[in-house]
Amino acid sequence: MSANEPLLEVDGLKVQFATEDGVVKAVDGVSFTLEKGKVLGIVGESGSGKSVTSMTLLGLTRGPNARFEGSVRYHGMDLVKASESQLQKVRGAGIAMIFQDPMTSLNPVQKVGDQIIEMIRAHEPLDKKAARQRTIDLLGEVGIANPAGRVDSYPHEFSGGMRQRVMIAMALACSPDVLIADEPTTALDVTIQAQILELIAKLKDEFGTAVILITHDLGVVARLSDDIAVMYAGRIVEQGPKGSIFYDPQHPYTWGLLGSIPRIDQPKPPHLHAIPGLPPSLIRPPQGCKFRPRCPHAFDKCMEEPDLLARVEQADHLDRCWLDPEDKRNRRTATIRPNESEEAA
Amino acid sequence: MTVETGTQVSEDSFAAIAAAAGDEGDVVGRSPWALAWRRLRRNKVALAFLVLFIIICVCCALAPLYAHHIAHTGPNDNHVGEFLKEGNKKIPIISQGGIKIVNGQTKFTPGGVPIGPQWFSAGGRFVLGADTNGRDIAVRLLYGGINSLKIGIGSSLICTFIAIVLSLLAAYYGGIVDFLIARFYDLIWAFPVLLLAIALGTALSINGFHHFGITIAAGSLWIPTLVISYVLIPYVGRPLRGQLLSLREKEFVEAAVAQGAGPFRIMFGELLPNVSSTVLVFFTLIIANNILTEAGLSFLGAGVQPPNPSWGTLIADGQDRISTAPWLAITPGIAIVLTVLALNVFGDGLRDALDPRARVRIEH
Amino acid sequence: MAVFVIRRLIGMVLVLIAVSFITYLIFVKIPGGDPAQRIAGKLATAQNIEDIRKKLGLDQPFYIQYFDMMKAIFERRLVSYQSQLNVVGQIEAGMPATFSLCIGAGIIWLTFGILVGTISAVTAGRLSDRLITVLALIGISMPVFWLGIVGRYLLAEGNPFHIFPDSGYVPITQSPVQWLYHLLLPWFVLAVLFIGFYGRVLRSTVLDTINEDYVRTARAKGISPRRVLLRHVLRNSLIPIVTLFGLDFAAVLGGGAILTETVFQLQGVGQYAAQSITTLDLPPIMAVTIYATFFIVFFNFLVDLLYAWLDPRIRPT
Repeated sequence: MSANEPLLEVDGLKVQFATEDGVVKAVDGVSFTLEKGKVLGIVGESGSGKSVTSMTLLGLTRGPNARFEGSVRYHGMDLVKASESQLQKVRGAGIAMIFQDPMTSLNPVQKVGDQIIEMIRAHEPLDKKAARQRTIDLLGEVGIANPAGRVDSYPHEFSGGMRQRVMIAMALACSPDVLIADEPTTALDVTIQAQILELIAKLKDEFGTAVILITHDLGVVARLSDDIAVMYAGRIVEQGPKGSIFYDPQHPYTWGLLGSIPRIDQPKPPHLHAIPGLPPSLIRPPQGCKFRPRCPHAFDKCMEEPDLLARVEQADHLDRCWLDPEDKRNRRTATIRPNESEEAA
Repeated sequence: MTVETGTQVSEDSFAAIAAAAGDEGDVVGRSPWALAWRRLRRNKVALAFLVLFIIICVCCALAPLYAHHIAHTGPNDNHVGEFLKEGNKKIPIISQGGIKIVNGQTKFTPGGVPIGPQWFSAGGRFVLGADTNGRDIAVRLLYGGINSLKIGIGSSLICTFIAIVLSLLAAYYGGIVDFLIARFYDLIWAFPVLLLAIALGTALSINGFHHFGITIAAGSLWIPTLVISYVLIPYVGRPLRGQLLSLREKEFVEAAVAQGAGPFRIMFGELLPNVSSTVLVFFTLIIANNILTEAGLSFLGAGVQPPNPSWGTLIADGQDRISTAPWLAITPGIAIVLTVLALNVFGDGLRDALDPRARVRIEH
Repeated sequence: MAVFVIRRLIGMVLVLIAVSFITYLIFVKIPGGDPAQRIAGKLATAQNIEDIRKKLGLDQPFYIQYFDMMKAIFERRLVSYQSQLNVVGQIEAGMPATFSLCIGAGIIWLTFGILVGTISAVTAGRLSDRLITVLALIGISMPVFWLGIVGRYLLAEGNPFHIFPDSGYVPITQSPVQWLYHLLLPWFVLAVLFIGFYGRVLRSTVLDTINEDYVRTARAKGISPRRVLLRHVLRNSLIPIVTLFGLDFAAVLGGGAILTETVFQLQGVGQYAAQSITTLDLPPIMAVTIYATFFIVFFNFLVDLLYAWLDPRIRPT
């Protein structure tokens, strides 16, 4: 497989849940590809469908009240239509996942070592002793001191950061080719966050794993990602290489996200920019562009939803906004770098 | 076996849930009570059983009317030696038995068997038959229902009220007050509940209660009511105290304290409203529980005292006659099952409506 | 750990003293009137009553009477006011029947409760779940003594099906087959309520646990659904069931089976207690209360230890 061949191809993925309040369109036509060894950052507010997207890749959102459309191609298989037993072989071994809250993501009544051994033995014909040895090696690899002693500890005997390291060790135990990290640092202290991100960066190179990094924090993807997809209300509103997204963001929602990050390389702005309003209802989304009700730049044409197209010179930078790219470049400074615009004014 | 609540994507259930949602749209900006009410309204089964419970209550409340105008008898009136006229046949209310010679064979029929259910053939008299004293079972069943419901609902009210007040005091004052109240709960908890209830019920039914200036007559319904409410206090109080203690630490209580709100205001204005849904569910389910406890106490003679009927005493009366007159024990049992079932189903529905993820449970 | 155990043991003794003292007060203070008069009966002469008062120590202050009675219980020399039989001996005579009833019923209700609750949760929303839910609700809505009476009428007394012997207890030492045969119906009658109750509790705990993050992690690991259910969901959901079982089993052993014993005429501790209470026979009441409270506090203690063993988070260090 060449480096550029897609490992995971998501095409037109839709996930809907029937609830007592109506049908929630959690993911509404998401497409992206993940190449071997690359890092894709999926960014969005809570409720934008980014976690549902990632859990759907592993079939973890299946249930009687869920409905799926589209496809997820992985090694010649469609994970949306795959049987439970097919998925079971993919989970952990091919695609592994790290979850947001390490405090609740480990079974509290099982030793951490046993939780990793259990996974290794589900996928590989190893005996207990060999699996245990691999577990100890892995725990050492993710930076847990005295791994041979800690393998028999219970999750509550670890700190949050240490538990996330355990989760990472578990995720890498069967050398998966895709690692999905769903808000891996959100529940952690800032200093620990950096350590965990560095660990993921180091291990991805070591294991040659492709990573889908899901976060609401553009600062996190800035560090690790090769490509970025910005999600809003179940859709991708902007997608492209990291550099292009950061230096030439096209969607006003992306501007809002960028504007919400305090930057130390810029003079202190009079106030930190916040996106006004609340995320829209996923049961009755607004007509046209989903961001329209919160967008300060909305105009008549926004009542019709724009497609995800390349609107700038760069062919792999896609967005869903009707505004003219030139016009946008002028407008967005006000959001992202209010100081500069004030100086310009 | 699978862990998921169904691995296949089932179009049917998706469609069913989606259809049930109707077009009331989003949940944004509705009060919890409005949401709960909407969920409850959709739970037709729970509402049907609430209606059943109300019907049972109304029927029992109308017992005097039924007794006077239809059955023409009272709950404790004997009709031994009387006859029921049906057309030109006279049926004894209590069979006399004796020896008969039929086709040359001697047949012995035992006496003392009360008349069976007449349904409506006797114009509303002895609809469910008579007991061994010739008393009308249907009338006694309805009057017994009044007593059982009074004790069940009354004891639940008292028990819930005491548990709320004690738990509020424990949560608000903490320290020694909390310690004492917690130990009080532990102590009742450690008692063998049924034995304690029977013991109290029996001891009180000998001469009544004449202490501390309070006088309760020996045969009073207050005795089983108070006994049941007393022994069940920790079952409501313990979980309530736990919930209130954690609420006490919340910021909104701190804020109220900082604003200078008094103890009464904080306990009843801030803490209580936050456990009101728990209390409501507990109250419903504990009525069901208390009706069962009353039946058990009365069955053992430690509850409602004869000749007053209650569903428990009626079953006890009918027990010995089960082979000759099974309706005596079966009908009051069915009344209990229907009432308790109605309350349990409604209580479940109420809990699901108020808090779909509630962990409120009565540990019976 | 040792400190924890010692503290709990002291607590148990204190609770036993408190419970027995309150029971004593209930029976001495509430009924009112002269206890010697009550024991002597209606036809007694003044001399009779005076003799009884002396003999039973009823002329002493009540706390001394209480102390004497407790001493007599632990020296196994306390006799009933009514039958003059040794109360400890009577309780011991009733224990085989009570234990046979409770242990058998306990095994049945625990097994079926777990089975029913698990099936119900795993098939949530489907026909089997609805059927179990309805049956469980009916189960917890039936008075146990009524179920016993109706069960005896339908299955044991000859009409319409004569499957089980009518009632009574046959010691296991006398005939294990008859012992089993006589106890099957009482076992199920006593177990029905608990099966329904445990099934409901387990169903909702399992449904809560299925939504836990660590179960999602387990599924994401690619282990078999069966293993997810057993090792992760049930292993955690059964912790509250263990607690419940300990407390319920203690309550049933300590006289909670009184209604079932009465209906099936099993001469157990519960029935002994019921008879003694009706005649206000204080010595057996005191002894049975202590016996029952002992089981309750002891099992409470056992449950706490078991809980700590099952849940590493609360192990005392």
